[in-house]
Amino acid sequence: MVTGLKASQSTALDPSPATGLFRDMLRIRMIEEEIAKRYREEKMRCPVHLSIGQEAVPVGVSAVLRRSDQVVSTHRCHAHYLAKGGDLRAMLCELMGRAGGCCGGRGGSMHLFDPAVGMLLSLPIVAASIPIGVGAALALKQAKRDDVAVVYLGDASVEEGVFHESANFAAVHRLPVVFVCENNLYSVYTSLEERQPPRPIADLGPAHGIQAVTVDGNDAVAVQRAASDAVRRARAGLGPTFLEAATYRWREHCGPNFDNTLGYRTEAEFETWKRRDPIEALARYLSERGLLSESQRSDLAAEIAAELDAAFAYAEAAPYPTPDTAERHLYAG
Amino acid sequence: MPAERIITAAEAVRETLAQALRDRPEVFLLGEGVADPTGIFGTTKGLVDEFGSDRVIEMPVAENGLTGIAIGSALLGRRPVMTHQRVDFALLSLEQLFNAAAKSSYVTNGRHRVPLTVRMVIGRGWGQGPQHSQSLEALFAHIPGLKVVMPSTPYEFKGLLHAAIDDDNPVIFIEHRWLHYVSGPVPPERYAIALSGPRLVEQGGKATIVANSYMILEAIRAAAALAKVDCPIDVIDLRVLRPFDPTLILESVRRTGKLVVCDTGWRLFGIGSEIIATVAERAFDALKKPVVRIGLPDHPTPSSLALAETYYPGSSAIVDAVGKLCDLPVAAVDAARAEVIAARRGIPIDKPDPAFKGPF
Repeated sequence: MVTGLKASQSTALDPSPATGLFRDMLRIRMIEEEIAKRYREEKMRCPVHLSIGQEAVPVGVSAVLRRSDQVVSTHRCHAHYLAKGGDLRAMLCELMGRAGGCCGGRGGSMHLFDPAVGMLLSLPIVAASIPIGVGAALALKQAKRDDVAVVYLGDASVEEGVFHESANFAAVHRLPVVFVCENNLYSVYTSLEERQPPRPIADLGPAHGIQAVTVDGNDAVAVQRAASDAVRRARAGLGPTFLEAATYRWREHCGPNFDNTLGYRTEAEFETWKRRDPIEALARYLSERGLLSESQRSDLAAEIAAELDAAFAYAEAAPYPTPDTAERHLYAG
Repeated sequence: MPAERIITAAEAVRETLAQALRDRPEVFLLGEGVADPTGIFGTTKGLVDEFGSDRVIEMPVAENGLTGIAIGSALLGRRPVMTHQRVDFALLSLEQLFNAAAKSSYVTNGRHRVPLTVRMVIGRGWGQGPQHSQSLEALFAHIPGLKVVMPSTPYEFKGLLHAAIDDDNPVIFIEHRWLHYVSGPVPPERYAIALSGPRLVEQGGKATIVANSYMILEAIRAAAALAKVDCPIDVIDLRVLRPFDPTLILESVRRTGKLVVCDTGWRLFGIGSEIIATVAERAFDALKKPVVRIGLPDHPTPSSLALAETYYPGSSAIVDAVGKLCDLPVAAVDAARAEVIAARRGIPIDKPDPAFKGPF
């Protein structure tokens, strides 16, 4: 299995934690942009929920994770998968329904997983992966491993009962789990204030006896710092943390387009968040410190583009599963 | 030969769970009441004392969440055994069972395993009413990727439960509450009964009765009475609903040409309907008479004994069905029916039949 370009493999930038964050975010952005660009070709014949605008959260979190730590994700799982080190080719093959996809073409874009790097699973039903992640934490504790589980969830997930059931159990058993809530303000076209009372989502943590932290989800360095504390607590057996990261989805809920013209959110709001682009914010931070020059950035972009071209070419040439295999693996073993 | 040991099905379950906990460190139990003083009708009683609260986990009242937690742990190699005291509560967990557990192996192209056993107790009687006495096996059997098991005798309870816990797939293990009282020979050592295919309980040849769970007891009683009027029948215990293997049923129907199916649950859209459809597809030419479906009528379970009296079909309904299919003389049917009614000794329908205590 060929894994994607890792931060440590890049030669364009000096090694530094913050430049690593930048590389990983830019890579995810470029992959997602390329998917959006090519989506109309109809080679990726499944829904796509792009992570553009939200890259800082998974990259900041993954920066403090081990390969053996376990991550669960949602329908919007591309960035979580890539940030954890998920195989890019297996992802693109999956989106294109090829046999070499991470699910062999059976899951599509909402089921990305890569057991080799601790990307345990992604599930498309809102909040459904939350108890799975808590169960992973239970297994880690039972097996006396000091790995942790990270549960990515969206703001709408806390409206589901299963979030509260899972948080309650995690707290009672002091499980090594970090809940990372990406609050992007919308559930499809419905705003947060139409769905929840005017209280911080993070307040739900203490309601369950769980420490909560709020962080700027478009500041990768801040996310990394907050995640580092949460993961350290979890490894030390001090129980779960609820991390609320404010961020924003740039494109439509599902698909490659922008949809501000629908009227569910304003162009002005979108522009405000776009000015807070997590990648440009970190680029400014790095260049102010002399860690990122224009030429370094363009070299890095070229390096990623080359990887991306090769990965797309690989996936497009990869074979489809044959129909006679469709009945296989109904049961394990 | 030492005398066979006779224990109840509830004791067989408890013994199985204790053996599994002892043999495999990755096995753990969870459920509402699993560590309480009564221990799920005695089936988990005292296990927390031997194995501790980390392995016999008294769970919060959160069926869907805890099912997901069990699945997540199973993905990392644990073997959770979850118990619902009533299947009606398990309805809260269908999202996790149907979406996550059932599809896990398939969607990952065989890379994920979910070695999860979910015990669900079904039952009837004592005015439990519409939401405490359902038999919902057809719901689970509809979902590809689940295994669905309904044991009947104590021997089957133990062997099938060991197989369920050893299985790398999600297994829905449906226990009829009234079968917990039934006793029978159960070897003390560990043994497993493969989760495949039905069991031929009686071979008679005049007609084929397919039943499962509690209805097996009614079918055995009917078969005994029918044998006395020279109408011996085949009784088949379906026992493993999924994976569905109708081979034994088809063989029997090819011999008898007559089929009666008995559901523990509702007659419409039930397990029996699937059996009949399969026979119609694959052994239609062997059928000499229209098939008969016996099951619960098309309404929820009423609480009042006055209304429940006619709700549960028993061995007399089976006798009547076979009598008609086999063109038995009226006197023979009357005699067989009188015998099964007498065997029940006037026990009201809302109480377990003491004659069914076995040993079987």
